[in-house]
Amino acid sequence: MSRRAQAWLWGILGVLAVIVIWELYKFLGPSEGFVVGAIPGETGSGVMLLPRTNDRAMPHVWDMVARLFASTSGGSTPPLWVSVVSAAAVTLGIAAVGWLIGVIVGFALALVMHRFKLAEWGLLPWIVVSQTVPLIAFAPLVASIGNQIDRGGTPFPEWLSVAIIASYLAFFPVAIGALRGLGSPDRNHEDLFRTYGVGALPTLIKLRLPAAVPHLLPALRLAAANAVVGAVVAEVSIGMRGGIGRMLIQLAGQGSSDPAAVWGPTFGAVAMGLVAAGSIAFLGAGLKNYRRGEVVA
Amino acid sequence: MSAHDSGAASSGEQGGVAVRAVDVGKVFPTKAGDVVALSGVDLDVAAGEFVSLIGPSGCGKSTLMRLIADLDPATSGVLEVFGKPPQRARLDQDYGIAFQQAGLLPWRTVGQNIGLPLELHGVAKAARIDRIRELVELVGLTDFVDRYPDQLSGGMQQRVAIARSLAERPRLLLMDEPFGALDEMTREHLQGELARLAAETQAAVVFVTHSIPEAVFLSDRVVVMSPRPGRITDIIDVDLPGPRDASLRESPEYFHRVTAVREALHGTPVERANER
Repeated sequence: MSRRAQAWLWGILGVLAVIVIWELYKFLGPSEGFVVGAIPGETGSGVMLLPRTNDRAMPHVWDMVARLFASTSGGSTPPLWVSVVSAAAVTLGIAAVGWLIGVIVGFALALVMHRFKLAEWGLLPWIVVSQTVPLIAFAPLVASIGNQIDRGGTPFPEWLSVAIIASYLAFFPVAIGALRGLGSPDRNHEDLFRTYGVGALPTLIKLRLPAAVPHLLPALRLAAANAVVGAVVAEVSIGMRGGIGRMLIQLAGQGSSDPAAVWGPTFGAVAMGLVAAGSIAFLGAGLKNYRRGEVVA
Repeated sequence: MSAHDSGAASSGEQGGVAVRAVDVGKVFPTKAGDVVALSGVDLDVAAGEFVSLIGPSGCGKSTLMRLIADLDPATSGVLEVFGKPPQRARLDQDYGIAFQQAGLLPWRTVGQNIGLPLELHGVAKAARIDRIRELVELVGLTDFVDRYPDQLSGGMQQRVAIARSLAERPRLLLMDEPFGALDEMTREHLQGELARLAAETQAAVVFVTHSIPEAVFLSDRVVVMSPRPGRITDIIDVDLPGPRDASLRESPEYFHRVTAVREALHGTPVERANER
């Protein structure tokens, strides 16, 4: 229990340290930054060695927090934090769908590759290469295919395109982790199941899947983080409204007049990542018997 | 051998021959050429008989056990388990097996590990629970039935593995150095337990070991093997009177047999080495 308390303490200290460093630099650093080789009269020329510390570039942490409780865009609009939470909920929901698709696809690929060596040789290089395709290039493609399907009569909402793009990042760690996990049982255990004269399916269910859990959990956590990032980027790149990605872009555009606002959705995105990773930790706690013998980090 | 032949014949009326090997060979192809792991192995193990395979590393004792278990196929000769090809015997679950590593599934409790073969073969839950209760009692782990393997000592884990190998009341037990990784005290204790279990269950046992006292203490016959190529060089009848318990370890007959096995083990290979 004290170990747990210590972990919390260090976590809080880490966050405080970031705040202190931010404010300290803002206090000490040059307000217009430090630029070498700037040509007078030409904005953006030269190389910036130290960033600007004025309120437009680096708002105070307390201003960012205070901004959360001010109305989103003036008038009778709800407080910023309410808008952030609802936008984050939308994106998180889409990311969850993307995660689920990614997990199913990744797992199916791992099963096929594990069962057929030929499939592993044929598929694995493509799976690795798939991750080098930039999401920005890939997202509009998915969106346009989605649109065509939608126009063809089958409803294909925009959020589904976003989820599929998110799944494109999420499936990769699952495919790799599950493939390793399925191949992880000891020779001894495989021999034992052979002596029982049972087929591949019971061996998969009673031996390979349970043995894969320690490899799968980190993969699922990575997939969750990837799905969140993928969903945010996809929202931005196909211009879907309602999610946190769109909100980030919108508020960043108003940065010069309302510099603290964009930090609202930024905190929202961080919180989303924490919720996503926390859900996997929750899943891991439920599967703790399958992680016996694993060194507890 | 003659005394044992008659023993084999009499138990033959009950269950016949557990294992019969005629001129069995095993060759592993490698990049550097074929490696002859076993050659010309002739061996009969009678039903209910306890036979140890002993020899230095590379003599093929574990390989022979794996052939009997149908974990690897023999390359030549005829191998039968209860008169059937090894594959048939494996699919019919004619044997139980225990390895040097206990090989327990870490995510299953002691009870669930022991019940694994029953579960895989579709034994009903109630029957399974009854059988598990019998087995944990048999190996003295009643209080540990809900523990996980990482909460047990090495000796206890090995007892669970033995209980698991007995779960389906096999007529043949195959054991590959099951006590090899244990300390001497635990080892002697478990040898006593295994001797008792083998007598109670009436199962034939093929027991791979590299310990001479262990082989003599447990066995009806000790099969001495030699490497390059792996083959049987001698078969020694142990034929000790009385039950296999702690007092046996102090008896002159026991020491006599230990000496006989040691001579068989060291004598022949040394001469062979000189010949080459």
